[in-house]
Order: sequence, then structure tokens, then C-alpha cells
Amino acid sequence: MDCSEIISALKSKFPDFVALASSQDHPDELRLKVDPRIFKDTALALHKILSSPVMMLFALDERRERGVFVVNGVFCGFRSSQWVMVSMDIPQDNPGFETLAKSMHSASLFEREIQEMFGIEPRGNPDLRRLKLHDEVWPQANFPLRKDFQKVQPGNLGEYKFGRVDGEGIFEVPVGPVHAGIIGPGHFRFSVAGEPIINLEPRLGFTHRGAEKLFEGKSYLEALKLSECVCGDSVFSHSLAFTRAAEKISGISIISQAAYLRAIFLELERLYNHVNDIGGIALDVGFSYPSAYASIIKEAILQLNEKLTASRYLKNVNALGGVSVEINESKKTLLLGSLEQIKRDFNELVEILYSSGSFMDRVDTAGVLIKKTAEDLGVLGLAGRASGVAIDLRKCFPGVYKEAKFKMALEESGDVLARLRVRIFEFVESCRLIEEFGGKLSSCDKNKVGPILKEGCALGYVEGWRGPILYWLKTDPAGMIARCKIVDPSFRNWQGLAYAVLGNIIPDFPLCNKSFDLSYSGNDL
Amino acid sequence: MINILKSRILKGVVTRHIDRKISREIESVGGELRTAIFKKFSRSLNIREVDTGSCGGCESEIISATNPIYDLQRFGVNFVASPRHADALLVTGPLSKNMLIALNKTYEAMAEPKFVITLGDCALDGGIFKGSYYIEKPIKDILPVVLHIPGCPPGPLTIINCLLEFLSNPYE
Repeated sequence: MDCSEIISALKSKFPDFVALASSQDHPDELRLKVDPRIFKDTALALHKILSSPVMMLFALDERRERGVFVVNGVFCGFRSSQWVMVSMDIPQDNPGFETLAKSMHSASLFEREIQEMFGIEPRGNPDLRRLKLHDEVWPQANFPLRKDFQKVQPGNLGEYKFGRVDGEGIFEVPVGPVHAGIIGPGHFRFSVAGEPIINLEPRLGFTHRGAEKLFEGKSYLEALKLSECVCGDSVFSHSLAFTRAAEKISGISIISQAAYLRAIFLELERLYNHVNDIGGIALDVGFSYPSAYASIIKEAILQLNEKLTASRYLKNVNALGGVSVEINESKKTLLLGSLEQIKRDFNELVEILYSSGSFMDRVDTAGVLIKKTAEDLGVLGLAGRASGVAIDLRKCFPGVYKEAKFKMALEESGDVLARLRVRIFEFVESCRLIEEFGGKLSSCDKNKVGPILKEGCALGYVEGWRGPILYWLKTDPAGMIARCKIVDPSFRNWQGLAYAVLGNIIPDFPLCNKSFDLSYSGNDL
Repeated sequence: MINILKSRILKGVVTRHIDRKISREIESVGGELRTAIFKKFSRSLNIREVDTGSCGGCESEIISATNPIYDLQRFGVNFVASPRHADALLVTGPLSKNMLIALNKTYEAMAEPKFVITLGDCALDGGIFKGSYYIEKPIKDILPVVLHIPGCPPGPLTIINCLLEFLSNPYE
């Protein structure tokens, strides 16, 4: 698809459509600029035409340059392997736009974020409570992502209002932010009547660090380091999404050897996280043997990572134009040899789990997220695939995965068992992919490590182990980062958890939670 | 059950699966740590972990230190679910404004004698997030921190080593 095709598709949906400007700066990105009055209808039409949830919706402060705020909505054409971005200018006085959330639920969290970070009001959105800047500690009318924000100004503090369920015999159970385990902080407010959960409202944002603001003004190298610290269990995928955006801006295409190496590291990250979660699911039903077994496999993968790259979590591996480590013959033998052992151990782990009747009984039909809900909320990635949402960026976009005939995991039932099965399938598939990519590595090609960043903007995307990780990057004429918008899959999938636990009992919450295993830091930024 | 027994027998003691050099290091470090903990806390050191804005890497490594390969618990170091049961508070991550109240409340809930350990570069002074609009001053300016474990994230062996070093010094 090119710009004219998407414009004619939009025109057929609603005849009044006029694009103020359109461009295709990168082969996989179409940009349309529209009048604020038709932004909502355009976004809704794209949502329908591409059958894509809102992938990103975010603002930029361009008041200094052009006297306006900009709001961008990003949708993904999964079949046409393209991203479509629609943007509008918003006047700086009394900024606002008509809400999309009422017609398209997947926009609602993004709108709340725009409101709290920029003070641009999504008019008509029924829920504008703040997500990350907690009312109890952050005064009102301080918008940190505006460019002229210097220091927090004193003002009124507020209070967060939880959704309440009223009725006879209903009580609330507050949990967190500090939990019993060694885990990130988040608050969960359960409304229960007897045993079953009637409503769950997660309140997150406790690990908000202002990461997006910190990116601004940084050079490429500093920003790359920061992207590795956004989410500690997706270090490589976050830095890869960032690097891809930077490479697109600078027009760098990487050599095939680097693409294979990146895919190998991406799959290694998937392996250690999947096996960690499989162990976690076993632990949360009190089945400790497989959990200990899984942690041995995880440790083996982390040690393999360390031997290959000198970092257990694959830090300092990505670079502009390739990767900074090389895999020579001896490392390749080590990789493939270790993988054999890991596969053997993993098969045994799966056999232990599947042959335990009481374990299967606990995970089967627990925490069901139905497909309709998942689609409406915009749940993607692993949790989406377990509910029948057949989307995987590795499948949708051309690249080394298509060459390797990547097989996508898909389950329909949406329960804990389905998420477990997706993990097991993906673990096996990732092992196969690593072997295939490993076989294609040759030591003759050298990675070129690229030059400095140019001016421009681009979207970087990666299917991390949780789901799609998106980085939208804009650089200034000096090559410094002007805006970096990050969307971690956790941000979209936390809501899915809140719906999946309904009707389950609170003691099953840890199990449901672990089966999603969403990141606190990736969500809170 | 038969699968578990079979796997258990075939797998044997998992310390076999790690390098002998690392294995010996764990044993010697762990042995001394246990002696020190026995001396200072008569039986064991109970730690409550609080994440005040970490990316999750430090948590992952603390959990790794308790896996069957490093098995920190066998030396008398336990991670407990409640601050009421804890001797030490282990803080990870830069201090996000949102976590200040929770951190103070957790510390207040602990019984005396108590002390605070910080883990990871972010917990020292904010690390890479230093200077952000939402990061509070360093944890050591708020709570009495007696030990810092450096690294991004520190590996399981570093965690064990640092705890030993601390416990072999007199605690005031």
C-alpha cells in the first residue's frame, strides 16, 4: 500500500476525508496529516480498515518551533506490513481534542497519558484520572513532557478515586504497592462478594522515573544506554527497538550477519523469560519442583548469554548499524551445544507439568480473557495470541524470520493454560530459530558500526517476548533526541489482566498475574 | 510423581552443572557468610526487598541468588514476605516519588534492630535516572543505609560477596 491507496480507502469510508499532507519517509511508514476536526473519524476509519487497535497515541510539544502541539495516532497494517500514522496540529491555547476512547477503547489509556503529561484534554473522555503522576505527590497543572517544564511548581495535591462496587456483602481488598515477593510495586484493588472477584482495578505508576523526558537532549549513545534500563527483562528488545528507529532516521541498512545475530539475541531473551514464567506459573500453584527446575534452565541461559556477550541480560550488545559483539566459531559451538542441553531439560520440564493432573486442573479455565475483550482492549503479544489474536510482528513484517519460515503460536481459549501453551510452543520455536540463524553465521562479514544520527523521525518496532515494543523517535538538527515515545506491551496488556481475573478467586490472582507476567517498569516508564 | 522422582535421580545435585571454579567460590563465600550471620544474628538474616523504581533487573538477580544453583538460603539468608519479619531492608531502583511513602512505611513496620542495604547502581544515587523530575534524593539521605551492593545489575555472586563483606565488619 502507498499513500494514495490508503487515502482512497479512507475516502470510501467517509467521503469528507481530506489529507492536508501525506508522505512516506520510510518504506514501512505512511504519514497523513489531517485537520483536527476529522482526526477522530480518520483514526476510527483506519482502525476499521486495518483492523488494528491503537498502537500508539501520543503528543509532541512543538510550540517553540511552530506554536502548536501535535498529536499522532499510529495504526498497523498487519497484512500490508506497514505502519500508518495520522497526525494533527492542536493550537496551544486551551489545547484539546475530541476523545477517541468512547468509540475505540484501546485509545483510553493513551489519552489519559496525554492529558497528564502534556495537559492536552481529550474532550469527552469519561476517565481522566492520572496514571503515572500520582495525585498524592505531584501537584496539579504540572505537565512534565512540555518543553518549557523546568521544575515542579507548588500546587494543589489531590486524591485518586478508585472505581467502587456497591451492594450488600461486597468488600474491598487492597493489595500493594509492596508485595510479598521479590517483585515490582503496583497496587491492586479487588472488589469481592464472597470468593469471586467482581472488579479489579490496578493502580500502577509506582516505578515512574520520567524515562521519556530523560531521553530528550541526549545523544544517540547515551539514549541507547537509557533504553537498556527501561525494562530490565527486555533489555535487548528495548534497545533493538530504539536502534531500529535510529537506523531508519539515519538511513542505515544492516548487513545480514548483524540481522541474524540480533535475531539470535532476541530469541535468547525470549527463552530465559518464557522458562522463568513457566516456573513462576508452577510456583504460584504451589508446585515447587518444576519451578526450581525452570530456574536452573533460566540460569543456564543467563550464563550462556554472559559467555556470548559478557552480560547476563544482553546489555551493551546493540549498536547503530549492527551489534558490538561477534560470535566466532568457538562461541557458535558453545551456543548450539548449550542449546541442546537446554532443549533436553525443557522437554523434561514440560513432561513433568503436563503429567500432573492437579497442576493441569489449576491452570485449565483459570483467568480466561476472551478474544472480543482482548481485541477491544488492544491486548497484543503473547497474551493476545493465547486469546486468539493472531498478531506477531515477526510474522507480519519481512525479515530474517520470514526467511526462516517462522511459525506463530496461537491458542483460542485465553486461559492460563493457553498462555502456558503459547510459551511452550514459542520456546521450542525459538530454539529452532536460533539453530537456523546460528547455522547461517559466518565470520567473514564484519559489522559496521554507524555514524552519528541525522535529523528526522521514525518508528522502531520489535516483537519482544511480551509483545510489540514500539519506539517513536524524533531528532533535532544536531542529531540529539527531541522526543522519544515508548510503548511497552505491558502498557496495553495490564487492562487485559483486570478482565481476565473476573469471576476467579483472589488466591488465583497470583497465578493469573504470572501467566501474563507484565512489567511494572515498562508500563510506568 | 514418578516423573519427578525419575528426573530428580537423573538430574542429581545441580551444583554439578556449573563450572567447578564458580562452584568452589560459592561454597567458600557462602560458608564464611553463614558463620558471620550466625555470629551477628544468632541464626539467620531475614531480608525484606522493596523495589522503589527498578527496571526489574536487580530483582531478577536477587531471585537468581536464591535458585538451586546459588541457593542463598542454605547459608541462612532468607527473603521474607513481611517487613515485620525482617532484619534488613533491601532497596533496589532509583527512588520514584510515588514510592517514597511506601518505602518509609515499610521501614517503620520493621522491628529494631534494623538496617538498610541498597542494591544496584540506581539505588545509590539514581544512576542513569539521576536528575529526572520524578526521582527523589538518594535513598541514603532518607534511610540509614549501611551497605551498597554495586552493579547494573549485580550478579548473584556479587550479591553474596557483598553481604559477606558487610557482615564481617562490626555492625553498629
